[in-house]
Amino acid sequence: MNRSLQRHLNILDFALSSLWRRKGKNLALLAVYTLIIFIIASIVFFTQALKREADLVLQDAPDLVVQRMVAGRHDPIPVSYGTGIAAIRGVSEVTPRFWGYYYDPVTGANFTLVASDDQELKPEAISIGSGVARTSRISIGDFLPLKDIKGSPVLFSVQKIFPSSSELVAADLIQLRQEDFQRLFDFPAGRATDLAVSAGNPAELETIAAKIVHDFPDTRPILKSEMIRTYDSVFDWRSGMVLVVLAVAVLSFIIFAWDKATGLSAEEKKEIGILKSIGWETTDVLLLKSWEGIVISLSAFLFGVSLGYLHVFFFSASLFEHALKGWSVLYPEFKLTPVIDPYLICLLFLLSVGPYVAATVVPSWLAATVDPDAAMRS
Amino acid sequence: MIEVIEVSKSFNVGKVNQFDAVSRVSCRIAPGELTILKGPSGSGKTTLMTLIGCMARPSSGRIVLSGIGAGSLFGQQPDAEIEITSLPERFLTGIRRSAFGFIFQQFNLVRGISVLENVMLPAYPTGVNHKVLRERALTLLETFNIARHASSQVGLLSGGEMQRVAIARALINDPSVIIADEPTAHLDSRLSREFMALIEGFKSAGKTVLIASHDPIVFDSPLADQVIEMRDGALIDGSRP
Repeated sequence: MNRSLQRHLNILDFALSSLWRRKGKNLALLAVYTLIIFIIASIVFFTQALKREADLVLQDAPDLVVQRMVAGRHDPIPVSYGTGIAAIRGVSEVTPRFWGYYYDPVTGANFTLVASDDQELKPEAISIGSGVARTSRISIGDFLPLKDIKGSPVLFSVQKIFPSSSELVAADLIQLRQEDFQRLFDFPAGRATDLAVSAGNPAELETIAAKIVHDFPDTRPILKSEMIRTYDSVFDWRSGMVLVVLAVAVLSFIIFAWDKATGLSAEEKKEIGILKSIGWETTDVLLLKSWEGIVISLSAFLFGVSLGYLHVFFFSASLFEHALKGWSVLYPEFKLTPVIDPYLICLLFLLSVGPYVAATVVPSWLAATVDPDAAMRS
Repeated sequence: MIEVIEVSKSFNVGKVNQFDAVSRVSCRIAPGELTILKGPSGSGKTTLMTLIGCMARPSSGRIVLSGIGAGSLFGQQPDAEIEITSLPERFLTGIRRSAFGFIFQQFNLVRGISVLENVMLPAYPTGVNHKVLRERALTLLETFNIARHASSQVGLLSGGEMQRVAIARALINDPSVIIADEPTAHLDSRLSREFMALIEGFKSAGKTVLIASHDPIVFDSPLADQVIEMRDGALIDGSRP
């Protein structure tokens, strides 16, 4: 074997032996470091996976949504506006949408009700998300009573429960026929919640939006790109909020690691003197200390990232899902699709391994530049 | 051959507390011989040994090594003559590692690791195969009758055993010169004599031995080829018994 490689292996062997004889200190350091990296990695994995889910949701969103505004508030839009909008050059399709929210006082949950054009959906039948089924303890064939605008209960039979793969989107969703929706909420005839507009060429969307505002001054067009930006800022805000907390934790850890790593004990300093006196060069000592730092920080990185991965993708981020997933009582139960951003992992690697190795090596370098005859005089 | 020519070593040069530890010392140490540096504490014995052993550089004077196998580090014949006085640290370390074996007064063993690892330690940076190194260390431990303690921690050994571990460690790179600083300071008379018996073995193996001591068991030993007496950093006498 190459002598240089063997030198590294010999010194690595001694580094492991050195770490083990101070196992109390080093295991404590490893545990704290692993915990910090685990939390950061969990948040990185979680927010990346949520962003991906949001992107998937918005893939099916309309290019443009047109709402009517009255006194600065969202108001049902006349369906007749659709004819005028469809006449604008570049618009390929205009679809009225009917949706709203329903507060269920029994479970304390807010359901999202959406009128569906699914022809298989029978009158007074509904398709529900698994969150609704779980909260109301109902299954296919059961009845869900919903109160109409006068307070009278209307019984809907559960025809379908959405699969758990769509849980993030559909947990609180109830789909029903349009006429049932209008009857339940006494929704004004000839009005819709909003209009979904499709364009043949996405590059023309902004022009179309401007024309809609021109032709219908009481409307507000919302572009899909604006929705994506809003979703991103929501998720970024959430991860940003946690990262502020984490920054404090990381700073505390850096102070802790710096104190542990830089505080060379008298015994460690003496050992460096012994190593130099028996023929170790300063570079050999630095290599030893580098290996010690790499073993601790790399192990913490690998353990932390692996635990973070398991936590997010196998245990659905159970430690902080309530803080990050939403504010409804209907917490979705779902498995996130694993998403790993190599850039963020590399960044985490550099930020976790680099500073620790430096904090280990620098004081050792200062100690290793002493004359080797110091050991003769100790 | 180790030739020391008009060597001085001063500490805190130019300050009010300047101290001349070694002052204009000249001597020759022949290969395969036992040389004793004799003198009271503070006489400069240890400082002179650190200068000869490439642990420190003299303030003035020259030290020339020949026939100790260090020439190959400079692309010359192994026994070529080398003046070490002004060599950079990297070369001094190379000579120290390959040509000298050190036995310290306090043994200077690394606590918390095994006897075997302590013995192997000086050879780790040389890049010798770990298995080969392990066998070499075990052979040395058997030679000094402490192989049974190979996996023990050094803190559990007696003073005599620790010294034998220190001797085994000094020999791991097969040096041609052994330097021992007050090796019997922490040993009783029986163990001190046992140590001198080991020194006899080194001489028989053709190694050059340099010992600093103020123990009569050492400097009155019939094994000594030369006793150099020092006081206040200067040479009092250099004579062959």
